Amino acid sequence: MKMGDHAGVSAAAAKEYSHRGEGILSMRRVGLCIFLVMVAIIPLCPPFYVTMGSYIGLYTMVALGLMLLTGVTGLTSFGQAAFMGLGAYTSAVLTTAFSWSPWLSLLIALVLTIGVALILGAVTLRMGGHYLPLATIAWGISLYFLFGSLPDLGGQTGLSDIPALGVAGMELRDERFYFYLVWVVCLVAMWGTVNLLDSREGRAIRALKGGLPMAEAFGASGLRLKTVVFVYSAVLACLAGWLYAHMQRFVNPSPFGINIGIEFLFMITVGGAGSIWGSVIGATVITFLKTVLQGVLPKIIGQSGNFESIVFGVMIIMVLQWMRGGIWVFIERFLPAKPNKPIGQVSDLPVRNQPRRGESLLRVDGIRKEFGGLVAVKNVSFDVCAGEIVGLIGPNGAGKSTTFNLISGELPRTDGNVYLGSERISGLHPSKIARRGLSRTFQHVKLIPGMTVIENVMLGAYLRTGDGFFSAGLRLNRKVEERVGAEAAKQLNRVGLGDSMYVPAGSLPLGKQRIVEIARALCSDPILLLLDEPAAGLRYKEKQELARLLGQLRSEGMSVLIVEHDMEFLMNLVDRIVVMEFGRKLAEGLPHEIRSNPEVLEAYLGGV
Amino acid sequence: MDFQVFLLLAQDALTNGSIYVLLAMATILIFGVTRIIFIPQGEFVAYGALTLATLQTGKVPGTVWLVLVLAVVATAMEVVRLQRAGASRDIPAAFARNLLPPLVISAVAYVCAPLNLHLGWQVLLTIMIVTMLGPLLYRVAFRPLADASVLILLIAAVAVHFSLVGLGLLFFGAEGVRTPAFSEAQIPLGTLTVNGQSIWVYVTSIAFIGFLAYFFGRTMYGKALRAVAFNRNGARLVGISPSLAGTLAFALAALIGCLSGILIGPITTIYYDSGFLIGLKGFVSAIVGGLASYPMAAGGALLVGVLESYSSFWLSAYKDVVVFTMIIPVLLWLSLKSVHFEEEE
Repeated sequence: MKMGDHAGVSAAAAKEYSHRGEGILSMRRVGLCIFLVMVAIIPLCPPFYVTMGSYIGLYTMVALGLMLLTGVTGLTSFGQAAFMGLGAYTSAVLTTAFSWSPWLSLLIALVLTIGVALILGAVTLRMGGHYLPLATIAWGISLYFLFGSLPDLGGQTGLSDIPALGVAGMELRDERFYFYLVWVVCLVAMWGTVNLLDSREGRAIRALKGGLPMAEAFGASGLRLKTVVFVYSAVLACLAGWLYAHMQRFVNPSPFGINIGIEFLFMITVGGAGSIWGSVIGATVITFLKTVLQGVLPKIIGQSGNFESIVFGVMIIMVLQWMRGGIWVFIERFLPAKPNKPIGQVSDLPVRNQPRRGESLLRVDGIRKEFGGLVAVKNVSFDVCAGEIVGLIGPNGAGKSTTFNLISGELPRTDGNVYLGSERISGLHPSKIARRGLSRTFQHVKLIPGMTVIENVMLGAYLRTGDGFFSAGLRLNRKVEERVGAEAAKQLNRVGLGDSMYVPAGSLPLGKQRIVEIARALCSDPILLLLDEPAAGLRYKEKQELARLLGQLRSEGMSVLIVEHDMEFLMNLVDRIVVMEFGRKLAEGLPHEIRSNPEVLEAYLGGV
Repeated sequence: MDFQVFLLLAQDALTNGSIYVLLAMATILIFGVTRIIFIPQGEFVAYGALTLATLQTGKVPGTVWLVLVLAVVATAMEVVRLQRAGASRDIPAAFARNLLPPLVISAVAYVCAPLNLHLGWQVLLTIMIVTMLGPLLYRVAFRPLADASVLILLIAAVAVHFSLVGLGLLFFGAEGVRTPAFSEAQIPLGTLTVNGQSIWVYVTSIAFIGFLAYFFGRTMYGKALRAVAFNRNGARLVGISPSLAGTLAFALAALIGCLSGILIGPITTIYYDSGFLIGLKGFVSAIVGGLASYPMAAGGALLVGVLESYSSFWLSAYKDVVVFTMIIPVLLWLSLKSVHFEEEE
């Protein structure tokens, strides 16, 4: 049985309703306290377990970054162990050969790591998702061989006598000190990551899996977000490597090889690639299992060697086939849903000046698109004025969607121009067009099914606030977040979905998902809404509701351009209709004119 | 470096390059047909050489047991699947299809191993055993994940790699082996002596590339594989089963890997974990071809061979560093060449 997104989503939705308004002593909080107490008392155990606990903390940090990269962003890296090695070796060399302070060498290690991650990101992240893992395999192997062959790095024997960390002239050598240090850093990283995911940039990162066009339609730059996530994951690994070097006080190449890089990937697969806690669980399970298997298997087999890899491989295949969400998804089923964030009374986000009714808003001027020899759109021109709904219709293959994508900037045009107000927008990147107040929906609904409806809508406000990664990680963005939340709630109420705010978007029927997309578009405070076949696949009732909503938006002053082939849906709704056929504009006029236009009838009904 | 050394290195480059060409083809084939980035390709190489070496000593190689275990698991999975699908009538046929060929091959291997047959027969037996592993691994590890993302399939591929390396150590031990050459001939060619094994490598590679060209260009199965690689759903609509295509691709990949292993076994010492690096070099070659173009990948393979051979002369400790670092400029070039890339998962 595979764990389909949908089954999980609707189960969670049901749970959401039954557990709303959980008290302070929720099971989640109790669990968190138990976890913290466990971490706090482990140093009372014998040194072996304390050291193992420190390792788990280090591996959790690395796994955390990889979780963000793999589970959330949909990319992956085999080079995390190599980044760890970069941190460890940089500090080892600088502190032993050049007697630098470990704190200073950490700085250099971080700079190096960020540099390498930026280079690897720059050459791979513009292409398909599978180039990053391939590049990181190669880089991981290269670095491993370099560690093993450079004479200044001690070859396979490595470097020893690395100083312990010191504070105010005091060397700290106790393993319990390192345990606490590791876990404090680790917990801070976990806290920061949770905060980051629950922020403006975090929502955009989570949206990347829903496809680049969607994230970019709201002004996020996919390349930038992917690069930041990759650099962040590399920095966490580097930090773990630095701690490792000064904890062990000895480094050699073997813990930074490609196999260890792969084991990090196994950790998040076993633990659950989509959650913070998955990385803790995965790091713990794999570390324990490895220790146990390394002790037991060679005895059973009667030969020394890394036989645990056989078990790990089989285990991962089984997890992927039967429990793809990992252990955490299994545990989370028994936990109550997270409490909903209340919508506070806060000041509104600043809004754009809406154009005056009747002003020319969108001007499409002789736009043309050729695909090789095929001319998909032939010099089409039309206008949309502020406060009106214009329908762009035509039979299948007429070039409507291509025209739509030329306006939204997703396709580069061959010729012609598009103006929004007085400004030319053709030739701009979609995110730049979004910034100028044009907001769109998608023909095939693009929501993040696992995110709540309100979070999906909050994504629409991406460009209206400017809080970045640091303020998000440090939770300095709460005020802005509240305002964005309030704005999203306002838009949801406006479209009549105020009662479905906290259910996962994937649990709604298609008709409501379409309306969530409209709310998301509204949340960006647009001056023009672009709707791509909003009635496709809807039932009669849903179409009626949609038409009523669009009429209401118009009466509130919103301007809308709808691409649609459902004549009936448009006839009673729109102010004007532009008809396309075979890539050219066939007719333009009021609905009743279009209805009786012989050319249009010919195109639609094949001549009567 | 005098001319003599230059030629000698060129010969090495060509020999290794030929092997990387074959492996790159297998990588592209599997990626195209199944979307799996097949990291364990190199394990077929190591298994090929080591299985042949074990047969040489008159013992039954561990790969035979692996074939048997996988066959049993595959059959069980198939029976469960049929039961659930309500097609219990097909279960006997599933037994025959999934269990019979591996059983026959294992039985033949078991009987023939101690007979010390002629090298040619041992090679044939090795090819049968290792090639059988391809479809079995596909059935057991990958087919249930056929609808998963490239990322999940990649993780599965790495997991299979982990298990196969561990099993390699279990079956063959940590000692490296060299298998006997097909030909001890030393052919003088001007100032250079070309050894017979290298000739074998060239001829086999060219013959195999010719076979693949014929297979993909002229045969129905080959065209079906190309159809699946081009458009999975379209292929399904015209009646090509993606799982059959996957099975076929894996069988070919295992055959290619095994053949490569047998060919280089006499030239380099092969250890249980040697396959990974060899396979990855095939991979780097495939990336030069953007994981899609066979001719570009072949060019990439020769480039990898040249880099490896000449860097082993000047910077022997860093030859792998040089080869794997080459991927960065290659990716940069691919990245600059690629237009705005849109991902739909």
